[in-house]
Amino acid sequence: MKKLAIGLYAILTVALMIWAWYQAIYVAPNDAMQGEIFRIIYYHVPSAMVAFLFFAISLVGSIGYLASRRNLPERAQIFDAWALAGAEVGVVFCTVVLTTGPIWGRRAWGIWWTWDARLTTTLVLWLIYVSYLLLRRFASGPQMQTLAAVLGIFGALDVPIVYMSNRWWRTQHPAPVFGGGPGSGMASSMLPAFGWNVLGWMAWGIFILILRYNVERKSQEIAAQEAEAALHGVSSM
Amino acid sequence: MFRALWTHLVKDLRIEWRSLDAIISMLFFSGLVVVLFSIAFDPSGVFSQRIAGGVLCVATMFASVSALNQAWAREIRHQVLDAQRMVPAPGAELYLAKAIANFLFVTIVQVILAPFFFIFYNLHVAGQGWLLALVLPLGTWALVGNGIFFAALSIRSRNRELLLSLILFPIFIPALLAMVQATTNILTGESDPTLWIKMLAGYDIIFTTASLLLFDVIFHAE
Repeated sequence: MKKLAIGLYAILTVALMIWAWYQAIYVAPNDAMQGEIFRIIYYHVPSAMVAFLFFAISLVGSIGYLASRRNLPERAQIFDAWALAGAEVGVVFCTVVLTTGPIWGRRAWGIWWTWDARLTTTLVLWLIYVSYLLLRRFASGPQMQTLAAVLGIFGALDVPIVYMSNRWWRTQHPAPVFGGGPGSGMASSMLPAFGWNVLGWMAWGIFILILRYNVERKSQEIAAQEAEAALHGVSSM
Repeated sequence: MFRALWTHLVKDLRIEWRSLDAIISMLFFSGLVVVLFSIAFDPSGVFSQRIAGGVLCVATMFASVSALNQAWAREIRHQVLDAQRMVPAPGAELYLAKAIANFLFVTIVQVILAPFFFIFYNLHVAGQGWLLALVLPLGTWALVGNGIFFAALSIRSRNRELLLSLILFPIFIPALLAMVQATTNILTGESDPTLWIKMLAGYDIIFTTASLLLFDVIFHAE
């Protein structure tokens, strides 16, 4: 039953992504200022939204793990699996953002990269979560989960500071397209394509997130079984 | 009230006084970085005024990592770390004592290094020089406060020396930016560093509070 649900969801996701691709490439009009290159927004912005959402999931997982690790060990493991899955899949989507961004920037601004508020914040966020994944790799055992959860919280604390510091420093990235004051907003003819792409990439991201979560839960189970078996092996001797 | 803190602090200072391990290695290392940068970029005139702040901060940052690693690694011998875990005193006091001790070491290194720095880079202070006495301690505290915390976090992992740099530097980026901008503004006198000093102070408050609150969690993690 569970497998059937996942299969159906996968088919739905792929269909949604094909439809979103069609909308972005064929249906949406060219941008008045930027022409064709503007279409990269249908990939750049949805990926950023997915990445930030998943980092938030990771933060919630970290806090949940720390809160429940003493009294509810089983629930703590679930929180930890969410924290890991969120960070890992988030890093992948963040990498997509950091790849599509410079490609777009090269055409729109004439430069690949600039140390502006949002670019720097995204890069620092990526660095922090990569270091989080490295910590999970280098440390081991249940203490690793606690240490990683603490680092996750520290990383999240850092993000607003990085953002503000870079806003005072310099800013090149355009003001937010959505809700960014007067003159912002998207032409109504582009909105459907944008909406479909957000939906499609969100569905895809959640699909990968759930797969990663299941894999982590399985490996937690195996580790618990091994620990159990080792315990019995010792007691029977 | 602060008896545990005082005991740890005196102990660390006494060890350092007798061996001078941390200060000498940091001093030599940061001196080397200053010389290497000076050779690599051939600083002179306005250009040297502009990069000097950044070089000083980065040199301090790299140098202090060695001391930060030693701060906990030296407690592993004879199971001192395990003994410290069993002490009924709050872990926050231990954390504060370590942070204050290492803050003093790095500050001593900076004070000794500064004259050489001014000579090698032919610096003169165009802004308000006394503000440096505010910027450098604030930046150093940001580095050492976080560094001691993350060193305790990575102490029981494989590759701990490398891991400390890998997790400390990304988190330290905003403080480094503020420290470099403030120092450069003071040296060149082109703009007002107040905003950056405020930001450094805010960073220190936020991360020191978080470290004090979460130190017991990582120290007793098992």
